[in-house]
Amino acid sequence: MPYEYLEDVAVADIAFRAWGPELDDVFTAAAAATTKIMADDLEAIRPLETREVELRQREPDLLLFDFLQEIVYFKDAERLLLLVDRIRVAAEGASLLLTATLKGERIDPDRHSLRADVKAVTLHGFSLVRTGPYWEATVVLDI
Amino acid sequence: MAPLKMLRKVSDVLWEIPTSFKPGMRVPARIYGTEKLVSEMDAVVFEQVTNVACLPGIVRYALCMPDGHSGYGFPIGGVAAMDIANGGVISPGGIGFDINCGMRLVLTNLTEREVRPRLKELVRMLFQRVPAGVGSAGSVPIRRKEFREVIEKGARWCLERGCGWQEDLDLTESGGCMAGADSSAVSERAIDRGVDQVGTLGSGNHYLEIQVARRENIADEELARSLGIHIADQVVVMFHCGSRGFGHQVASDYLRIFLQVMEQKYGIHVTDRELACAPFDSPEGGNYFAAMQCAVNMSFANRQAILHGIREVFSSVFGRPAERLGMHMVYDVAHNTARIEEHTVDGVRKRLLVHRKGATRAFGPGMAELPDRYRRTGQPVIIGGSMETGSYLLVGVGSGAETFYSTAHGSGRTMSRTRARKLWHGRKLQQDMEKRGIYVLSTSWTGLAEEARDAYKSIDEVVRATELAGISRPVVRFDPIGNIKG
Repeated sequence: MPYEYLEDVAVADIAFRAWGPELDDVFTAAAAATTKIMADDLEAIRPLETREVELRQREPDLLLFDFLQEIVYFKDAERLLLLVDRIRVAAEGASLLLTATLKGERIDPDRHSLRADVKAVTLHGFSLVRTGPYWEATVVLDI
Repeated sequence: MAPLKMLRKVSDVLWEIPTSFKPGMRVPARIYGTEKLVSEMDAVVFEQVTNVACLPGIVRYALCMPDGHSGYGFPIGGVAAMDIANGGVISPGGIGFDINCGMRLVLTNLTEREVRPRLKELVRMLFQRVPAGVGSAGSVPIRRKEFREVIEKGARWCLERGCGWQEDLDLTESGGCMAGADSSAVSERAIDRGVDQVGTLGSGNHYLEIQVARRENIADEELARSLGIHIADQVVVMFHCGSRGFGHQVASDYLRIFLQVMEQKYGIHVTDRELACAPFDSPEGGNYFAAMQCAVNMSFANRQAILHGIREVFSSVFGRPAERLGMHMVYDVAHNTARIEEHTVDGVRKRLLVHRKGATRAFGPGMAELPDRYRRTGQPVIIGGSMETGSYLLVGVGSGAETFYSTAHGSGRTMSRTRARKLWHGRKLQQDMEKRGIYVLSTSWTGLAEEARDAYKSIDEVVRATELAGISRPVVRFDPIGNIKG
């Protein structure tokens, strides 16, 4: 997957870099990187539950910030580990509209190789920038 | 590594960065720690503590405790007091996402010799009784309406349901219930995230540990006795956890709200979005304070529910009621809070909002709010070390006024989790620890590896620094023998 964890950005927590040619791609990769911190084996997450997400935001970086918070929210509120099944980020007037279908299943400690609870998405060093042909996000998650 | 050259040495354990360091600093920054600790701090600490020094209403100094490391907005170990009457701000970045993450210490009248033969059984039962790990849910279902009571009543809610002793409240900061908690200031999403989590440990650096107070580790016998440590090789239980998903969501919600109003409405500019803030005396500041108090209460209730589980497990394993096992609390301290306190600044008593992020309040002897039994000793301070090394009980001291009576909260990480998991393997670490007499169970091998001893600073060095700095005083060091981790 197009993401990597960074060793020296956050001492107490976990940082990652995700990238992709379109916003859809980088959002998908960042969601996977976030879920993988909670459950190491993404292959083990079966697509049994579906959740729809719709978000609006003027700034692409804050849209990603809000989107990742949805992943964290479902982990606590419904004990769901989710991955992106389908996503579209498109302009809507002066804003961006994100519509996504997330799929996954309830946390099962016996099967999901659990790792660490993500408490929050932080704005520490948070960025989403277009570099050449790629969008690149840097994210620090509070553990 | 920190460039020590940019710091002015005030004493062997105190370092200052003057206001000339960067534009906008309203007060100097001061970092506590031995030369070794400060030189090992990451450079971000200095950037962050000097950013804090720029916040409106800050008085005296922006402070960092000896276990400091980089955080979000504030460094972990950051302390800042804002003058409420003078535009002082409240910032979620000065409190942290895990609001009222804190420590609770519980006594027993058991010795290591009595516990050792039952240790594995005890740890296994605790592991079953106290849910831990990613997204863990409590065993008792709570309705949303009840949860609103939890967050307004705190630990008292647990007592009303028979989960605790009256004395537990007296031995919890603020009686286990913060005034001004208003559940109408919290979002439905925050309640969604917390409603099932009362009585759960969480993961990361959260743990529950069985420890021993060995005679050679008692620094002050009289004080130790006053705090309930009076049997050779006495067993105690220490645990660390917070307000779970509820508190995390409260912080996330208000970070966004403050980002929207900070500049436009209040004309406050910050260099780091994690320092988003609003005047304490503003609708947004007031709402956050009311919501934050709810999260503080959730955390007190969480630790109270966990304590109840611990007492039940010990009672079941040793066949005696918890009362006859002497399972009294020593104290419950909060790490991540902002509190209204009165302190003297330049000879004038002021009403201040004291942010402590990864820092412990450490009131000295005789101070108001201390329970009667600690009026003479000073406030107990519980500092957790890594799961392999040991932890401390300290007390607050009269000379702590310098830091608004605040001290360290833990040993502080020196290595990222991503690096730690490459260096150690959880299963091997568990086996090695067992050989050293520490039985540990975790929901996550990787999570266990990330908590290895060498990912942390030396707890002994941190505690020594707080003593030399005159901000707290060690009473006893505890050795771990059993541990459960999320």
